[in-house]
Amino acid sequence: MNLLIKGGRVIDPSQGIDETMDVLIADGVVLELGQGIAAPEGTQTIDASGLLVTPGLIDMHVHLRDPGLEYKEDIATGSRAAAAGGFTSVACMPNTSPVIDNKAVACYVVNKAKSEALVNVFPIGSITKGSKGDSLAEMGDLKEAGCVAVSDDGKPVCNSELMRRALEYAKGIGITVISHSEDLALVGEGVMNEGFVSTELGLKGIPWAAEDIAVAREVYLAEFACAPVHIAHISTAGSARIIRNAKARGVKVTCETAPHYFTLTDDAVRGYNTNAKMNPPLRGESDVAAMKAALADGTIDAIATDHAPHHPDEKDVEFNVALNGIVGLETSLPLSLKLVEEGVLDLKGLVSVMSCNPAKILGLDRGTLRVGAVGDVTVIDPAKEWQVDAAKLESKSKNSPFLGWQMKGKAVYTVVKGQVVHQA
Amino acid sequence: MGFRHKDIIALKDLTKEEIELLLDTADNLSEINQRDIKKVPTLRGKTVINLFYEASTRTRTSFEIAAKRLSADAVNITASTSSVVKGETLSDTAANILAMKPDIIVMRHSVSGAHEYLAKRVSCSVINAGDGAHEHPSQGLLDMLTMRQKFGKLAGLKVAIVGDITHSRVARSNIYGLTTMGAKVFLAGPPTMMPPGIERLGNVTVCKDMREAVDQADVVMMLRIQLERQGKTLLPSMREYSRYFGLNPTVLALAKKDAIVMHPGPINRGVELASSVADCDQSAIMKQVENGVAVRMAMLYHVCGGEPVE
Ligand SMILES: [Zn+2]
Ligand SMILES: [Zn+2]
Repeated sequence: MNLLIKGGRVIDPSQGIDETMDVLIADGVVLELGQGIAAPEGTQTIDASGLLVTPGLIDMHVHLRDPGLEYKEDIATGSRAAAAGGFTSVACMPNTSPVIDNKAVACYVVNKAKSEALVNVFPIGSITKGSKGDSLAEMGDLKEAGCVAVSDDGKPVCNSELMRRALEYAKGIGITVISHSEDLALVGEGVMNEGFVSTELGLKGIPWAAEDIAVAREVYLAEFACAPVHIAHISTAGSARIIRNAKARGVKVTCETAPHYFTLTDDAVRGYNTNAKMNPPLRGESDVAAMKAALADGTIDAIATDHAPHHPDEKDVEFNVALNGIVGLETSLPLSLKLVEEGVLDLKGLVSVMSCNPAKILGLDRGTLRVGAVGDVTVIDPAKEWQVDAAKLESKSKNSPFLGWQMKGKAVYTVVKGQVVHQA
Repeated sequence: MGFRHKDIIALKDLTKEEIELLLDTADNLSEINQRDIKKVPTLRGKTVINLFYEASTRTRTSFEIAAKRLSADAVNITASTSSVVKGETLSDTAANILAMKPDIIVMRHSVSGAHEYLAKRVSCSVINAGDGAHEHPSQGLLDMLTMRQKFGKLAGLKVAIVGDITHSRVARSNIYGLTTMGAKVFLAGPPTMMPPGIERLGNVTVCKDMREAVDQADVVMMLRIQLERQGKTLLPSMREYSRYFGLNPTVLALAKKDAIVMHPGPINRGVELASSVADCDQSAIMKQVENGVAVRMAMLYHVCGGEPVE
């Protein structure tokens, strides 16, 4: 069946497009872009007047908890949350049980996604076997099985020599390395950002230097190995500065931040709110400002959610023992649209960080509405107001600091390969 | 005025009037502790559970005596006999304890915020007997009572607090309570034990040198150094700590003539305090322990809504 998206404001940075036009998708592929396209027989038509039409959004950093931790989330529910949030593709981290460190587990994810997922699910394999940081995982096999990157997300690769070799090896086979950057000795037993709020609450702090130092190491290793590296979830002013400087001298470094790092400060932890407990932790006012500045000047390449579902029993406990992480797929778009309202990004910039750039970093043939490209499209109503309600979240888990928040902007159609998989 | 709180979790939450009320009540109740028969029927029929996840014989005993002097039934549950070891969560424990219908839970917990967590989940009153590095309100109150008895007021007093500020719930409660009451607080300690932004907790001054904090002080409050907790990274040695941050007669001489020395106990003799200082006339340490019972009686009394005291 064909799909005609009529009269929307099409925003596609990959072709420099920002104008009102129609998009026709046939057999899952973009067939035509233009004014007044006539719908062939049997075409489903979406009236997109007043709406934004963008290449399908891509979240390059989510945790689907499948296999092994399906009580938090599984590929089906995670993909429904993605579709509801306007994402046509997600890349899922390998810290599952077992870890995605071999072809068999990667194939399990790919196959399960094929039969159960509403959106494209691209697995990320681990850098080291079991994500233990001892020896390299079989990256060639992982890539062949469909992995689009490697990462030991959840922990850093502590051994600098091993990280160097990982970057070199991954470059050779053409797979992206994603670094979870943390100096674990500096983190110690910290459970939130080190600062005034941690002092007041009497909680052990994590200094910003724990992130900055690790990011600096990755940058120097990438520079030395002449290999690309992608830094996950940056949260500090220092990380942004280090990456900005590295890019200026030609180091192949890219990075992402998450909506909570440009929306919330560690103030959100007050009251020992475990839904504000994450890693890296929510930082201070100046870091939030630095995230926005780094998005504005292109230092930050992507917005990813680090969607990290947890069961209520893992969050409804004393702060110290609560697990890190929040769900983010369904709140990412409105929180990011706020950046447009605030003048941090224009719409093209927003689509770049939420679609084009993630596609480029992961080497996906997506993030564009070019004729011939896969028909993944997100149709957004930027004015739609709604409230975040735990009962209405598609994710199996509800651990969000944004519950009850009034949001503006929502994906009203999520289209994957020409099929509407979500409609609001 | 009455006391409107169900729980006492933090001195940060209390107003000047509420702190005054608790101290006045403690002053009144301390008379009971001098009687031959040290018991009044005020809380007869009330059940107080002392739930201690962290060993502290002093604080637990003090709360137990306070409850018994008011004729409440006090039951002690300690971590070793409770189910924590079996992996029971705090919320499970709370549900089980609540099923026994206590009126007050007095809890000591090693995790900051554990009391706030508990208080939200139980209908009975919760009194914080120390949570992690957050607050220790009964200690703060007994310290303030001791100072007020000595100087007649708290406003305008210069109080030096010396030691491991980062890990000290005693310091936090005293900072909140004392600054609310109008005292001036000066902090000193190794830079590794001074948390960021501490000067913003109340109107407090951080001093580089402990002599600066002690100079002309009315009160010198020494904190306990947790020998087992400081590991290898926070201090070069206990010897060096005692040289630069221990209270000896020479440093104490910088304080006002009638200054008092305080310590939440137990003391590491020769580390925070030279023995000669711990036992000198200016030491108010035993008075602090004595006042602990009266303050805890006042806390139990007020969270129960308060009937007239005999
Ligand atoms: Zn991570
Ligand atoms: Zn992650």
